[in-house]
Amino acid sequence: MYGAYTALDKLSFCIPKGSVFGLLGPNGAGKTSLIRIITQITAPDSGEVFFEGNPLSPEHIGRIGYLPEERGLYKKSKVGEQLLYFAQLKGMSRDQAMERAKDWFIRLDIKDWWDKNVEDLSKGMAQKLQFIVSVIHQPEFIILDEPFSGFDPVNSDIIRDEILRLHSEGATILFSTHRMETVEELCTHIMLLNKSRKVLEGSVKEVRNSFKTNQFTAVTRSPVDFSSFAWEPVAETMNVESEQGWKSSFRIPPDRRSNELVLDLIQVAELASFQEDMPGFHEIFKQVVGRQSTNE
Amino acid sequence: MSKISLIIQREYLIRVRKKSFIIMTIIGPVLFAAVMILPAWLAMQDSSENHVLVLDQSGMFQDKFKSRKGLEFEYVRGQNEEQEKASLREKGEHHFLLLIGKPDESGLPPVRVFGQGNTPLEVISALEKQMNTELKNRFLQQSGIDPKLVESIRPEVEIQTTVLSDEGEKEGGSLAATIVGYGAGFLIYIFIFLYGSQIMMSVMEEKSGRIVELLVSSVKPFELMMGKILGVALVGLTQFVLWMALSFAVSTAAGNLFMDKLPKEKAGQEVLKAGEMEKVQQKAESKGMAALSELKNVNIITISICFIIFFLGGYLMYSALFAAIGSAIESQQEAQQFMLPVTIPIILSIILAQFVIKDPNGNLAFWLSVFPLTSPIIMMVRVPFEPPLWQIIVSVAALVLGFLGTVWLAGKIFRVGILMYGKKVTWTELARWLRHS
Repeated sequence: MYGAYTALDKLSFCIPKGSVFGLLGPNGAGKTSLIRIITQITAPDSGEVFFEGNPLSPEHIGRIGYLPEERGLYKKSKVGEQLLYFAQLKGMSRDQAMERAKDWFIRLDIKDWWDKNVEDLSKGMAQKLQFIVSVIHQPEFIILDEPFSGFDPVNSDIIRDEILRLHSEGATILFSTHRMETVEELCTHIMLLNKSRKVLEGSVKEVRNSFKTNQFTAVTRSPVDFSSFAWEPVAETMNVESEQGWKSSFRIPPDRRSNELVLDLIQVAELASFQEDMPGFHEIFKQVVGRQSTNE
Repeated sequence: MSKISLIIQREYLIRVRKKSFIIMTIIGPVLFAAVMILPAWLAMQDSSENHVLVLDQSGMFQDKFKSRKGLEFEYVRGQNEEQEKASLREKGEHHFLLLIGKPDESGLPPVRVFGQGNTPLEVISALEKQMNTELKNRFLQQSGIDPKLVESIRPEVEIQTTVLSDEGEKEGGSLAATIVGYGAGFLIYIFIFLYGSQIMMSVMEEKSGRIVELLVSSVKPFELMMGKILGVALVGLTQFVLWMALSFAVSTAAGNLFMDKLPKEKAGQEVLKAGEMEKVQQKAESKGMAALSELKNVNIITISICFIIFFLGGYLMYSALFAAIGSAIESQQEAQQFMLPVTIPIILSIILAQFVIKDPNGNLAFWLSVFPLTSPIIMMVRVPFEPPLWQIIVSVAALVLGFLGTVWLAGKIFRVGILMYGKKVTWTELARWLRHS
């Protein structure tokens, strides 16, 4: 609690080992407050956090990597020196840190930066360095607060690839974002926060399924004559002309199956494609957050 | 290596490697020596020649004024003062007219000096001195006393102070105690200010540079704060030791250069008779020697131990406060409102130190040396005067408690403050942090 303000309220959730966990929510939802509790920067007023079944304690600090939303490094210090300092603060020995740092510098092709001052780096370069600082100690659990904000598209892709590589090597990733497109690209699990409360949690698949609308889109080679057709299309989606043909969407009642629709469709027109309309996370997000605010 | 020692190491190295540290370390003693030597050197360079026309209507000072370097006398025989004044105006600066009137019933002549602009004090005091000597001799002769006899009588009483203590009697050293006490107090004062504000700046830099969040995800805020405080303390100690060593070297070298020249020049300026001159010099020397020999009587070991305790205690306590201020602000401008209440006790102690020295075992001295915010400076001022041991113990105990209290308090503010971005903090806000954390 910050004074009278409650940043997080009665929250309980689980980050599965090996997952890419997206922490979502609009600004001010409490994402950063939650992350600060997990990184042990602040203590919760009540409640507990467990790390692999044990209460979270300072011993775990070296196993957690953290990229804060507010980025910053010592401007007047040398790149290499600074990297070693932060690695050592996480509990690495100097030699270990040196070895890991060299690996990263070779992989990201930035070998000649070692003796530069941070203030002489470009913004993109500093961001890369910042990312290395947060993962140099080979953490098993990596927390990234808005990892793509402030990165240009090229660097953004590099960082995304590195996150995925670390994940494939076994790291669990938690990242917060308010950008839904990254969720679909990266996450295996999500939790949605709004106004200090959890409004949604689960694997991406589960969440998607629970928001299914049972709506399907068919593309046919010729327009369908709906006057004699048994299925009612979703309003305004009747025979919309597209590159592949004529597109129509149908909502299937709970007591019927999509195969029945396909069977009926191929009677009246040649079918080019048929697929279920899965809700985008942007839609889900808007729907859930919108619903919550109209309830109040 | 433990995390706190990593922080100490980093804070130490970045500061010691800085160009400004190296430059300050070299320039410090030079500046220090310059402050001491420059006035003397400037006085030596002063070569303006003053000419005084003497118009003696009393006839008491005929040929009595003696010219010397920088002060030339010339007698004018005429009785027309207006004419002399007019000619004075043409001559310009450094020319004066000394007009001595007819003596009144008491035998003293009215004296007046004319000049363009105000007459320098130096000239006036030289004139007064010569005239007083002359008048004194005249009165002595009138009373039938030989002035030479009076000149030869110069009693010099020297008071030896003796301290009665449990170990028996021993020689006291009030002069040395004053010098040592004030010097030690002043050093603590300078050190708290210089390095306390460095800590504040360093915390502020990490906060406004957004480095702090990364740091406190690795170390506890308290470790970060203590690491900084101790690291900067070591920087201060290093600089202090280097300064002492360099100052000693520079002042010894400079002293050797100037000491030969200085007394001779001075002898030329003084209008004292040769014998008198020597006596004055001897007296000054014996005073200096007395202070030096008194130093032996001051308990160096006790003082050194106390100095280290109060120096560290005071510095650590204040730097924790400075760290707390640094955590609450994001720019130097914001620092002002919080700095004042912290600096007031320090400034107050150095001002009150002079009263404490006059009465080192009085009530004011006692209470100020028990109150932790003033005790580091005030107790150090008192220690050379050998206050009762129990008072020192009480003072140290209070300082330790004060130190723990301020560190605890500062730690609380620090923990909240460093993560409060983009918020202008007020005193009420600080109080709220203390209550809620």
